[in-house]
Amino acid sequence: MTGALHASVATDPLQSVTAERAEAIHVWNLHKKFGALEVLKGVSLTAKDGDVVAMIGGSGSGKSTFLRCINFLENPTSGVIRINGEDVKMISDGEGGQYPANRRQIERIRSRLGMVFQNFNLWQHMTLIQNVIEVPVHVLGMKRDEAMAIGEQLLERVGLSAKRDVYPAYLSGGQQQRGAIARALAIQPRVMLFDEPTSALDPELVGEVLKVIGDLAKEGRTMLLVTHEMKFAREVASHVMYLHNGIVEEEGPPEELFGSPKSERLKQFIRTVS
Amino acid sequence: MADASIAPAAIAGMFDLLSPNPPGWGGNLLRGLLNSLQIALGAFGMGLLIGTVGAYGKLYGGPLVRDIAAIYTTIVRAVPELVLILLLYYAGTDMINRVLEGLGYQRVDISGLVAGIVVLGFVQGAYATEVLRGAIKAIPQGEIEAARAYGMSPVMMMRRITLPAMLPHALPGLANLWLISTKDTALLAVVGFSELTLVTRQAAGTTKAYFLFFIAAGILYLAITLFSNVILAKVEQWARRGMPSVKEAR
Repeated sequence: MTGALHASVATDPLQSVTAERAEAIHVWNLHKKFGALEVLKGVSLTAKDGDVVAMIGGSGSGKSTFLRCINFLENPTSGVIRINGEDVKMISDGEGGQYPANRRQIERIRSRLGMVFQNFNLWQHMTLIQNVIEVPVHVLGMKRDEAMAIGEQLLERVGLSAKRDVYPAYLSGGQQQRGAIARALAIQPRVMLFDEPTSALDPELVGEVLKVIGDLAKEGRTMLLVTHEMKFAREVASHVMYLHNGIVEEEGPPEELFGSPKSERLKQFIRTVS
Repeated sequence: MADASIAPAAIAGMFDLLSPNPPGWGGNLLRGLLNSLQIALGAFGMGLLIGTVGAYGKLYGGPLVRDIAAIYTTIVRAVPELVLILLLYYAGTDMINRVLEGLGYQRVDISGLVAGIVVLGFVQGAYATEVLRGAIKAIPQGEIEAARAYGMSPVMMMRRITLPAMLPHALPGLANLWLISTKDTALLAVVGFSELTLVTRQAAGTTKAYFLFFIAAGILYLAITLFSNVILAKVEQWARRGMPSVKEAR
């Protein structure tokens, strides 16, 4: 795995956009219960390389939980998850739930998924550049010099070169989130997962983060994006899913979904948020 | 120096008594100090290890592990340290020897140093468990979650994220524990271990210069504390490197 990572360093990030696009994430009939509360009631999704899937829906619709199930921050109650063509083996906990059979498989899968959190979650005891190189060096086994070079490029890309040696506590929310995106990119992720990346930001800082995410979409990154920014979802997504009460109420290309929504709920939702 | 007001002949006599060369007792005092420091360091280190395991057990362990940790911290913190020291020192060494004899081995003579470290370390561990548990709980959980989300194994997460992130929250409590550890070594005088306090008592009893020797021991204990404060301040400054100064937030 490490070898493959090294080899791909010098190549074009656009290479993932090929004629024959491979399946990056496949989820089928995902259920998640928290005690008696069923948050997800059978959600399915297939994302191929280069797809940008936006998940929208009201609070409590299950969209964030769905995203967190994909890298097993939450263990799904039932359903199939296949990432990079690898089926995740689960075993039952005897109480109606299940957990991953093989911790190392989960760790391997997680290290190929770049998660960006609502609250940034940068490691406060590390400078920005240390945050960015942490996973490449310590999880993926990349050489420090090499990780540094890549990390500096990434920070430049998100406009934070000048802040490389600054601790997160001294950065604005927008800067922290751009730094968190650089940290996610540093692992050369197969898929980027965004969990409401702009919800914790002051309104004037939302734009700078959306611009970075939009640029990633343009260059063909595979992304799953949970968001409240409807206009943005419409611009960058190749596929939009509207979740309501744990099921996919409606899905399709953004023009269709936003232009001529079929379900009454979605019509209402679009009216209330725009 | 501090004795400037006392008659010159008496001063000369004092320095003779404190001289590092016999018949002066200075050398004994310094050896006692060294023993005390060895025990304090060993006990504090052992307490940190037990405390880390205990805190992880209490926070992330199963029901059985949590119960064992709770019983340990409750009992050790409930019983006076002097009682624990007497109990563990005599009963502990006796038990080890009975077990050894039962298995057909020779009795061993457990050194006062090792016994002192183990006994005080066992006590320190209970307090350290609570200090570290609180510190780990003070870490923003999102940072732990990010470490999981990027595929860190539990051991790496502990080494790279949890321990460094909890350190600034733990240090004030750990500094307390270290200073207590240096002074708790004096309790080992009751089991006859030649640490600073016992040596001081011997010197004072032999020469009848009680005031002189206990003041000297007091100054040595104070010196340990002052030196520790300098080091601890530096460590805390380093551990808080990512955190804005508290004054800025006022």
